[in-house]
Amino acid sequence: MIKVYNPGLFTTIQDKGRFGLRDKGVPISGAMDEKAADHANAIAGNSVGAAVMEITMTGPVLEFEEGCEFAISGALLSPQLDDQPLQNNIRYKAQPGQRLKFGRLKKGFRAYLAIKGGFDTPLVLGSRSWYYPITPGDHLRKGDVLEVGDSEPDHGSKTSSYAESYLSGEILAVDPGPEYKLLSDLQKEQLHKGIFRVAHENNRMAYQLKEKIYAHDLSILTSATQPGTVQCTPEGKLIILMKDGQTTGGYPRILQLTPEAIARLSQKKEGDTVIFRFQLKKAAY
Amino acid sequence: MNAFDLEYRSFGQMAILIEWPPTISELILEDMIRFRLIISEHYSHYEIVPAYNSLTLISRYPIEHSTVIDHLKSLYGKVTQRVAAKRKIWNIPVCYDPPFCMDLEALSASVGLSKQEIIYLHTARPYTVYAIGFLPGFMYLGGLDERIHFPRREKPRLKVPRGSVGIGGQQTGIYPQESPGGWNIIGNSPIKVFNALNDPPCGISVGDQIRFYAINKDMHELFTIQVDAGVFQIKTLELDDQSV
Repeated sequence: MIKVYNPGLFTTIQDKGRFGLRDKGVPISGAMDEKAADHANAIAGNSVGAAVMEITMTGPVLEFEEGCEFAISGALLSPQLDDQPLQNNIRYKAQPGQRLKFGRLKKGFRAYLAIKGGFDTPLVLGSRSWYYPITPGDHLRKGDVLEVGDSEPDHGSKTSSYAESYLSGEILAVDPGPEYKLLSDLQKEQLHKGIFRVAHENNRMAYQLKEKIYAHDLSILTSATQPGTVQCTPEGKLIILMKDGQTTGGYPRILQLTPEAIARLSQKKEGDTVIFRFQLKKAAY
Repeated sequence: MNAFDLEYRSFGQMAILIEWPPTISELILEDMIRFRLIISEHYSHYEIVPAYNSLTLISRYPIEHSTVIDHLKSLYGKVTQRVAAKRKIWNIPVCYDPPFCMDLEALSASVGLSKQEIIYLHTARPYTVYAIGFLPGFMYLGGLDERIHFPRREKPRLKVPRGSVGIGGQQTGIYPQESPGGWNIIGNSPIKVFNALNDPPCGISVGDQIRFYAINKDMHELFTIQVDAGVFQIKTLELDDQSV
């Protein structure tokens, strides 16, 4: 059991998400930076897809009621176990009564805490991921008590080829979206050459960008969207849908981020810059 | 044999978009629902998201687009009238009385119809579900009578109660959860069109039809109790394939 003394800014429990209900309007959810979540699980010795804690910018204060092993990956958030400073990507052991807290954000935006055994939050429609209204809440609250699953034999390798350089990388690998071809040459050039800053409006549903491209009057019938879909509003505002993003939309879908680019963007906060890099690809279709 | 010229496109590393001509049409919808059924037999591990004139196949992992697209093209040849589309009509009760009908008065004054006439028009025709999205269980319904088209409120409400039935422009629909919203609220349904405690959480699918019927406040109360107890059964009918 883990007790929540302070919930932090926006702390949530996520696994690989809820697959199979997008035709009913249910977003997939799951860890925003899947790469970091996978890595935290691997180091903690969990199987892939165990539920982890996603910590955004300001971390929580947690107390371990039982001894357990854990690991942190993703953003560098100055974690501490009681007074001992911790590092990311190392497995630690906590004794009953010890407190885990976080300090200054040094790099990135979202950190992942994996506990050996995984967070045992209720499985709702095939996933432990928190998403309101599928689950009663979407973020941690003061006084919450979180159950931990039974430890399994180690799955993790404890070492991994995880490089933290992506936390500060600006390049987002993209493919053209379904409506890319309807854009003007000027708009395409803006996407290829532009430097964009993350706007204040950024969360698990979507990241908006501050810089716009030229306005357009393209319209489409409402159609499916995915995490990583870059929508373009009539005034040229770019909205990048993320893991809790709506499953359909009526704005042109001009770009599609790769899964790696979604992980990278998840580590960005307001004011950080990004550029789009088109993937070299066979253009058969 | 197929009536439509479809476009197949890759949509990122894990998805394929299939598009029909960009018009809102029952014929397209019917064709799409049939194709969806055939695809789902072969691609059960994919999500298939239908909406208006498109089907999107989404995998959990990167896919080889050209192989899948070639296969899909061959599958489309199997879509015929004999494939049952399995569409349903759902009869949904709505109470158009106070306190639920917050904007019915304003709507009545603006469109120049009495409240009874508006309720009559709203319940007279079945609506087609062209898409489900925006929120879990939120249906995009087509077929609202032109005489009760009415623009969205200038100031959206911060909280629209769950079950609220509203009109926004040319669309009508039900709010599946309490949420902010700009539609004009004319009633409330005790039905939970989306319930996360059920699996599947929403029985209604794209291609189905919705028919509203008016109930009074006592019935609304009774149905609410029945819904909460899990004993309320929505009346459904099979939509005759040949009639569409």
